[in-house]
Amino acid sequence: MNTFTFSQATGVAAAVQDNAAHDGAAYLGGGTNLIDLMKENVARPTHLIGLKKLGLDAIENLPDGGLRLGALATNADTAYHPEVEKRYPLLNQAILAGASPQLRNMATDGGNLMQRTRCYYFYDLATPCNKREPGSGCSAIGGYTRVHAILGASEHCIATHPSDMCVALAALDTTVHVSGPNGERTIKFEDFHRLPGDQPERDNTLEPGELITGLDLPAKGFAQNFSYLKLRDRTSYAFALVSVAAALELDGNIIKDARLALGGVAHKPWRDKEAEALLIGQPATADTFRAAAAKVLAGAKGQGTNNFKIELAKRAIVRALKQATEMNQALDANAFQNSNP
Amino acid sequence: MSHSTDYIGKPTNRVDGPAKVAGTAKYAAEFNVPNLLYGYVVSSPIAKGKITKIDAAPVLALPGVHQVFSHENVPSLAWLDRSYKDDIAPGGSPFRPLHSAEIKFSMQPVALVVADTFELARYAASVLHVEYEEEAHETELAKHLDEAYEPGRGKSGYKPPKSRGNFGKGWQQGVAHMEAQYSHHAQHHNPMEMFASTVEWLGDKKLNIYDKTQGAFNSQQYVMKIFGLGKDEARVVSKYTGGGFGSGLRPQYQLFLAVLASLELKRSVRVSLTRQQMFSFGHRPETLQHVALATAEDGSLTGINHVAVAETSQFEDFTENVVGWSGTLYDCKNVSLGYRLSKLDVYTPLDMRAPGAASGSIALEIAMDEMAYAAGLDPLEFRIRNYSDFDQAQNLPYSSKALRKCYAEGAAKFGWEKRTAEPGSMKDGNLLVGWGMGGGIWDASKQPAVAKASLDADGHLTVSSGTNDIGTGTYTIMTQIAAQSMGLPLEAVTFVLGDTELPEAPVQGGSWTAASIGNSVVEACTKLGEKLLKQAQKMDHPAFKDAKIDNVEFANGQLRLRADATQAVVLRDLVQASGEPKMEAENSTVLAKLELLKPPTHSMHAHNAVFVEVKVDPELMTVHVTRVVNAVAAGRILNPKTARSQVMGSVVWGISSALMEESVMDHRFGRYMNHNYAEYHVPVNADIHDIDVIFVSEEDDKVNPLGVKGIGEVGLLGVAAAVTNAIYHATGQRVRDLPVTIDKLL
Repeated sequence: MNTFTFSQATGVAAAVQDNAAHDGAAYLGGGTNLIDLMKENVARPTHLIGLKKLGLDAIENLPDGGLRLGALATNADTAYHPEVEKRYPLLNQAILAGASPQLRNMATDGGNLMQRTRCYYFYDLATPCNKREPGSGCSAIGGYTRVHAILGASEHCIATHPSDMCVALAALDTTVHVSGPNGERTIKFEDFHRLPGDQPERDNTLEPGELITGLDLPAKGFAQNFSYLKLRDRTSYAFALVSVAAALELDGNIIKDARLALGGVAHKPWRDKEAEALLIGQPATADTFRAAAAKVLAGAKGQGTNNFKIELAKRAIVRALKQATEMNQALDANAFQNSNP
Repeated sequence: MSHSTDYIGKPTNRVDGPAKVAGTAKYAAEFNVPNLLYGYVVSSPIAKGKITKIDAAPVLALPGVHQVFSHENVPSLAWLDRSYKDDIAPGGSPFRPLHSAEIKFSMQPVALVVADTFELARYAASVLHVEYEEEAHETELAKHLDEAYEPGRGKSGYKPPKSRGNFGKGWQQGVAHMEAQYSHHAQHHNPMEMFASTVEWLGDKKLNIYDKTQGAFNSQQYVMKIFGLGKDEARVVSKYTGGGFGSGLRPQYQLFLAVLASLELKRSVRVSLTRQQMFSFGHRPETLQHVALATAEDGSLTGINHVAVAETSQFEDFTENVVGWSGTLYDCKNVSLGYRLSKLDVYTPLDMRAPGAASGSIALEIAMDEMAYAAGLDPLEFRIRNYSDFDQAQNLPYSSKALRKCYAEGAAKFGWEKRTAEPGSMKDGNLLVGWGMGGGIWDASKQPAVAKASLDADGHLTVSSGTNDIGTGTYTIMTQIAAQSMGLPLEAVTFVLGDTELPEAPVQGGSWTAASIGNSVVEACTKLGEKLLKQAQKMDHPAFKDAKIDNVEFANGQLRLRADATQAVVLRDLVQASGEPKMEAENSTVLAKLELLKPPTHSMHAHNAVFVEVKVDPELMTVHVTRVVNAVAAGRILNPKTARSQVMGSVVWGISSALMEESVMDHRFGRYMNHNYAEYHVPVNADIHDIDVIFVSEEDDKVNPLGVKGIGEVGLLGVAAAVTNAIYHATGQRVRDLPVTIDKLL
């Protein structure tokens, strides 16, 4: 860990100014990822700007029927907020599938978007990594790739975004509010995280100094038919091998609207609108689900030790859609996969 | 006659529990001695090569940095290999930290930065510029099987496996056969408490060393020999150990580094390792195994062949008993065993809970399941048909063996008779249900150890021995034994351990502590009892005038006649009358040492049988262990409560080995890549369901006077195999490469 200075920001504008005034500054939310990265010398900010005094932790209904999550609301407070539990249970499930209660108590919603990959090579300074040190090479390619991408990777980086919460936020069409040196703007969730391409050091489309201030969920929450299915190497406190956020609007057995997003498979939460289109208007049957799964994984490429994730992802999509369809029965057979309280 | 002070065999809460819960139990890195300096270890990023340059000047220029130790400035220390050999060292040439520029394994300590604060030391270590010249390394065991060799007897307790009969003939006699390869990968112990040493400089080379270890005396001898210190110059204290599992059997390099820095800087120094650095030393070695079995018409084994090849370092021959058990556990005339090592550019492996047996029982007990299917027999019935009533490997009768009871009581509790043999034939809704079993055998051994019993004038008994408690319950069971021996309530007894100023005891390992220290405590208390009787006789108690020690008993705080309990004298009155502040006695180890030299007259072992239920999602292939019954025969159980906890821990570890635990080596870097708790997966609470532990009754008057066999290791045996066998029963898929992660079942 390097030496750094610290200031506690008292307002968004002041925080942004403080950031601009320091080379190598970083915003500090819950710190559940950044502090780890600093201890490992992966992140070496010279100046930390504490955000906990900003407020921005409210969760409030929006006039259009949506819900605003303050960027500083904790993951735990968000998951257990009555409006989230009632109207966005997919988000509740996704948050509770991640991390541990202690971490969720600390971690903020904005910080959840900003967490970095858990690629083993990114974390270990003994191995080259393009994300950590652009141009040094990707050690994961040809290596141990259990938590690595099967979709949208590049020759420079095969890292995945580790979040569960973000998979649900992607499925739910969230809008991200940011504030920066050039004022405020909004970013559609699908445009927030990016694929690695030839700039794997960039996880997202934030401009330097920009700060997430809130997340807006639209009114439609798919509270009737949804599933967040997470497959991992143990039942809790492990990152997803594959996770699926599935949400359906059903008219009888016909799918009127559908959302499908995957975690653990790409550099960003992987939402597939073409696969969603294949579901819409079709009967909610295994054949329909399999067609959608095949579409999502059509361009998938394994890295050797993670080849299995392609087949696992297909099966997980089919299962998640089935669970979303059969909400009442969804809990028994898969109680183990979603056994969080 | 039973007494209120009869504690042996009764479930008893941990006497050290309150101190641990309240946080007053101090661990090695928690002794905040005055003027403490902090050392931080710099680890090698390469697996093999040389350090070509260490640029310490910029780091030394940082205010508050005291020194950068490396091979360039370490003073001349002991020269001979034997000075670096600890009690548990295997054959070969032990690793010497900061000894030369040579890099022998990834994460080798290359420098120690010492500073005023931990944070500064850590920062300084992160900017220390070290250059390396890399050489090609070899870390892949499968590529080096041809070079495997039979190791010698270098490590104490290791005996090369002995074959018997003629396996080739036995194989031909068989009507059913199985033959398969098994493998598992490296595992690291990963106790919660990281390795740490706080060395308190008391002036003039005199050190108080607070060390994380499973053997204070082992650590003391190690630093005495290397640094030329006397016994009174290097006191080692280790009152609490936050988990060991074998990792603390050998002194780790932070001890060397902390002592070095303290002696050189003449200051108190603490060095603690990081979680990542916990992957930089001994581990359960990756092992490749081959098993072939043949059975006659009646299901009796006609031949057993078990060969294992394991990794070791370039500098030491780490040996463990992987295959030997296959010549003991089942009855068979023709047994062919082999054990070889292959040298790789890794650190020397290290004993890890049930060393050897845990690995060997994976192969043997999966093979037994495969053989049962090939022979058309129920796996339990198959084992019963091949029950060994006589140890053919040692050619000795068993001192006791209640494995049949383990089979019977375990199967009954589990409901094994409802099992249908066909894989995939049992279901729970959509889930596939699998029932599998396994078991194992572990040595019941005893080492010479000294204990001292001391009764003060207030009637408080303090019993001490320099052993360790790695969380197993040593404090508690020794308190129980001492209290019962002297007829005192638990509250009137204190057991003291973990200090080289106490009577000498061996490292805590091998499941021998209960037997070794426990019997010593009994002997010391008996000797103290004799002194107390003499004192009573001196005091002119007419009732005791001609009494021998066998005519009296110690109960309810009194010395009294067995024949007439009303003839009694209070113990503290005896001490008070003696005119001394306390009365003391120590046991002698002369007999125990002689015993070790004599050829054994009996085969002394603990056994277990474990029954496992898994439920498998037939599409996603996720596996959950829903039920485990582990029936253990380990002689007399001193404290069923702490014993049960130990066996439950074993079961959890067995599930971990079967399903998730693995140190993943990237051979391109020769480095374990999942070196943290997030990615080195062990079970969480949600992975663990019903665990039932049964201790079957097993009386044994030959193994040792207390009749205890130790339970630290035996509970682990066969668990991983039973889980794997259950997965086969559920799915029809036989996975022979552990852990059985989801990708191997899809």
